[in-house]
Amino acid sequence: MRSIWRHRLFWPVVALLTLIAVNSIARPNFIKFRVRDGELFGAIITILRDSAPLMLVALGMTIVIATRGIDLSVGAIMAVSGAVALTIIDNSGDAGNLGVVLIAVVAALLVSLVLGVWNGFLVSVLGIQPIIATLVLMLAGRGVALLITGGFITTVNSEPFSFIATGYLFVLPFAFFISVAAITVIGLVERRTALGVLTEAVGINPEASRLAGVRSRGIIWGAYIVSGTLAGLAGILYASNIRAADANAAGVFIELYAILAVVLGGTSLNGGKFSIAGTVIGVLIIQTLDSTILFLGVPSAQSPVFFAIVVVVVVVVQSPRIRNAIGRMSRSRQPKAAAVEPPVEDKQKAEVTR
Amino acid sequence: MKKRFLSTIAIAGAAAMALTACSSDSDAGSSDAADGGGGGDVITVGFAQTGSESGWRSANTESMKTAFSSENGFELVFNAADNDTAAQIAAVRSFINQGVDAIVIAPIVEDGWDDVLQEASDAGIPVILEDRTVSASEDLYAAWIGLDFEQEGVTAGEWAAAEFGDTETNMVVLEGTTGSAPANDRATGFDSAIEGTMITKIDSQTGDFTRDGGKSVMEGFIQNYGVDGIDLVYAHNDDMALGAIEAIEAAGAVPGEDIKIISIDAVHDGMQALVDGKINYIVECNPLLGDLVAAAVTGVVNGEDVEAVQYVEDLAFDQAAAEEALPDRKY
Repeated sequence: MRSIWRHRLFWPVVALLTLIAVNSIARPNFIKFRVRDGELFGAIITILRDSAPLMLVALGMTIVIATRGIDLSVGAIMAVSGAVALTIIDNSGDAGNLGVVLIAVVAALLVSLVLGVWNGFLVSVLGIQPIIATLVLMLAGRGVALLITGGFITTVNSEPFSFIATGYLFVLPFAFFISVAAITVIGLVERRTALGVLTEAVGINPEASRLAGVRSRGIIWGAYIVSGTLAGLAGILYASNIRAADANAAGVFIELYAILAVVLGGTSLNGGKFSIAGTVIGVLIIQTLDSTILFLGVPSAQSPVFFAIVVVVVVVVQSPRIRNAIGRMSRSRQPKAAAVEPPVEDKQKAEVTR
Repeated sequence: MKKRFLSTIAIAGAAAMALTACSSDSDAGSSDAADGGGGGDVITVGFAQTGSESGWRSANTESMKTAFSSENGFELVFNAADNDTAAQIAAVRSFINQGVDAIVIAPIVEDGWDDVLQEASDAGIPVILEDRTVSASEDLYAAWIGLDFEQEGVTAGEWAAAEFGDTETNMVVLEGTTGSAPANDRATGFDSAIEGTMITKIDSQTGDFTRDGGKSVMEGFIQNYGVDGIDLVYAHNDDMALGAIEAIEAAGAVPGEDIKIISIDAVHDGMQALVDGKINYIVECNPLLGDLVAAAVTGVVNGEDVEAVQYVEDLAFDQAAAEEALPDRKY
């Protein structure tokens, strides 16, 4: 029991379940599912579908943060990626053609990958601080996107393209499968190979890991490439959802929400240990909170305050000091022992076997 | 050694940047001087646009750029603030510092303009407001050219009252950016027009004038009240209405039939949706303000009296009118 209570994902999961409980009590519609034409609908399905872009961005952000970096350019990369994809489809003259859509998506992903390579180059080769290096694209990227679309919102009517965000595979939204695939791939690569441990090593102490023979440059560079590419995929999802490339609104503030999701999931901004499962829960908390604001009918002017209060509560409850204080209160007989975190080795083993 | 090499590159880069900054400065200086020498024929105008958040905005920007072209004797310094109020105020300050002849602003929000407008007035630079208004004192700007947002709301509301006023109608509202003049006035106008009818406003949330905002808010409404619980959507602009259409279609209902949609703006995509029957009524919000603004700027700079408040005529379309008008629309 005590190990569950002290697991670092305990509080994020509690926060998520509380949100779901509040929603279900306030509006029983929340947990209802409807099946129409063999497709599942409902508030929770919408949350799973709409969380896909943030999920992709936050996964990339987790890896980058684990290397003690940060990627502020993800929102701008989303805008560029959407702009590239829609401009290609729009100019092709055959928007409904599956081949055209595939070419557009691949081209957009390649452009995002190149932007990720650029970020990684600045950070790992030139040694520029991550926050500065990615700030360049964060500020300039949206301009590039506007340049590509000519300052207009490019719109297309393309069935295969809108399928990416709004289509259904079997009974669940296709976008949900994309985020599950991303979680699985990232999880397997980081946790089933040595890469995860190496990434953490680089984040905990770059110099020591270099001396230990870890090629930190490649690992850091790779993290930004992954982040950029995932942001590109998120941009395609965003554009596909509204069938338009909105260079100004695509991914605004998503870098901050992604960082928030990573932090809510218990990964430290100081780099090192990271938790993919934590990030997934963090994203779901944010997305559920977003729809809670709609469900509870919080007036538009007050919704940022509501959002802020909930986030503050979750972050405060998660802080080690508060957790320790709660631990002490519940077991006053063992003042010190209860407050000590489990040994690092155990934690790491748990992480690897999970 | 390596470190020193990198820092040398950095310094060289900084120096190069400083040099380009200098040269662009001197360019500006020389062109100013040339203007002065030529008798000031060219009017330098700083235009602080909100951003390019919607199709309407793009059409408005185009119209302004055409009206303030160099052929018409203007030099336009254009700034789009990406819907960031602080950035827009900073842009206006930089116009003041550059010493432009006139400043045109399309304010993102109504409040917070007093100081910077006072600075412009101290510097003797006339300010003309375009599209949206500000809450600052009227002495601080020379003229306002725009649209009667409240009247747009009234026109939309009157149509809704005439069509649905006699039956129980549940309406949801997709608001514009919280605190912006069009969002406030369109809501006020509409509400006053439907007063006393059987239309009930069951919910109202902001969609920030974007498609994505309109879509996700509408999805929330549909989950909350069900497709059958909503009869009418009033969107404060076309982009949000287009987002709502996507949400309604995704929920398996037919926009324009199961759920009626009233919108404001009449941009091309919106008009197309109206022709296709997915939107039921659009009140125009004419973005082609450029020529009127240019005329006002010329007047103010030449010291003529300019009418302080100028409204641009707005039309309203139902499906038949849209079919007729669509081929000739400029935007």
